[in-house]
Amino acid sequence: MGKMEKELREKAKELLESGEVAVVIGYGFNRRKTRVTPVFITDPAETDKLVFNALCVNNLSIYLTRKYKDVQRIGRPAIVAKGCDIKNIVVLITEGQVKREDVYIIGMTCEGVAYKQELLKEKLVPEIMPVKCHNCDVRNPHVTDTVIGEKSDFTPPEEPTGMVFDKIKQIESMTATERWDFWNEHFTRCIKCYACRQLCSLCYCEQCITEKNMPQWIETSAHPRGNLAWNLIRAMHLAGRCTFCGECERGCPVNIPLNLVNQKLVLTVKNAFDFESGYDENVHPPMIVFKEDDKESFIK
Amino acid sequence: MSEEAKAETTDSKESFEPKIMAFVCNWCTYAGADLAGTSRMEYRPNVRIIKLPCTGRIDPLFIIKAFENGADGVLISGCHPGDCHYTTGNYHARRRWIAFKDLLDFTGIDMSRVHFSWVSASEAIKWVELINNVTDDISALGPFMDFKRLNKKEAE
Repeated sequence: MGKMEKELREKAKELLESGEVAVVIGYGFNRRKTRVTPVFITDPAETDKLVFNALCVNNLSIYLTRKYKDVQRIGRPAIVAKGCDIKNIVVLITEGQVKREDVYIIGMTCEGVAYKQELLKEKLVPEIMPVKCHNCDVRNPHVTDTVIGEKSDFTPPEEPTGMVFDKIKQIESMTATERWDFWNEHFTRCIKCYACRQLCSLCYCEQCITEKNMPQWIETSAHPRGNLAWNLIRAMHLAGRCTFCGECERGCPVNIPLNLVNQKLVLTVKNAFDFESGYDENVHPPMIVFKEDDKESFIK
Repeated sequence: MSEEAKAETTDSKESFEPKIMAFVCNWCTYAGADLAGTSRMEYRPNVRIIKLPCTGRIDPLFIIKAFENGADGVLISGCHPGDCHYTTGNYHARRRWIAFKDLLDFTGIDMSRVHFSWVSASEAIKWVELINNVTDDISALGPFMDFKRLNKKEAE
């Protein structure tokens, strides 16, 4: 990884010195060098802080949204992004949140990251990689201004595999009552901390539906009824948009398997509308367009 | 019908009268229901109609909210594809329902309690049949205990 970091730092320095960007959003080590955290580099002399390794699981695209006005205020950003993060940036572009020319994307080729930073001991092994890495088709980033790192020759399996997909199949084979019990067991734990929303770069509404209280659409107390409504509606609001970056599940303090609902909707949208989000910045998201011959069998 | 559901229905008289929420569009289904009314057609009184400008206005949250507030069934109805007063509202709504239906099904909400239909302004007979059929279906299923039980739960 040493060579990659060197290239990254040189590129960042060059961008900042030329004034092409005002800030480089990237990853940097904490003091004990055990974790990486987001860093915002504005001074060319400080570009040595930038790192890139298997700890870099965070999705930094969130700093491009209007949730982070103080980051936007600095000026034109360059962002260090893996292929999966670029998918989120692409969705932000299709939804008019960011203009393509307003962000400089430093695409990093990637051989997978650790699902949780604390799991990484010395070497990255497949067991600690998230499901998205095992099925990744963007290890060579797809929408970039510059690419850093050697080309990856990884080919994802034809049928997506991994725990999330197995679990979805298992849930689908359950009866409705079993599914209801399964999800209620998980949703009951929800403490309405809204970490899922805060982490998500696609949850950028300035006023979330859960904050609307005239009338109160979603109960704010951590009651199972409101928890169900909240988690269903958040999943629904991400339908056709979620890129399965997995940040919501990673951040959930009570380990609700949010990847399952989100990935289920990703699959639904893929089957019904033949659309996968995050690949092409020039097409509309599927929920704002339609086809006259959309197929359904349940409207009588 | 489960034991618990039976106990609940026997408490409140022998026969169970389901509560059905209907979210309908102003231009087609509501006009169809109105035609049924002005033509003096009779149908089951179990349905409570909420009129909205367009099926595109029907937020998935309405369905959840209806169940939270004690509905035993939900009916959603609007203009046939191509007939939307606002040209494309029902196409957008249809997309949304395709995704939402899968999500509800996946989380174990009984999909036999959610009905979708296209009813135009002239289809008063279809509306009457629809309401009667939906009411029969939901009566046979009994009260929607999943949500009713959820309401009684304490926050943990």
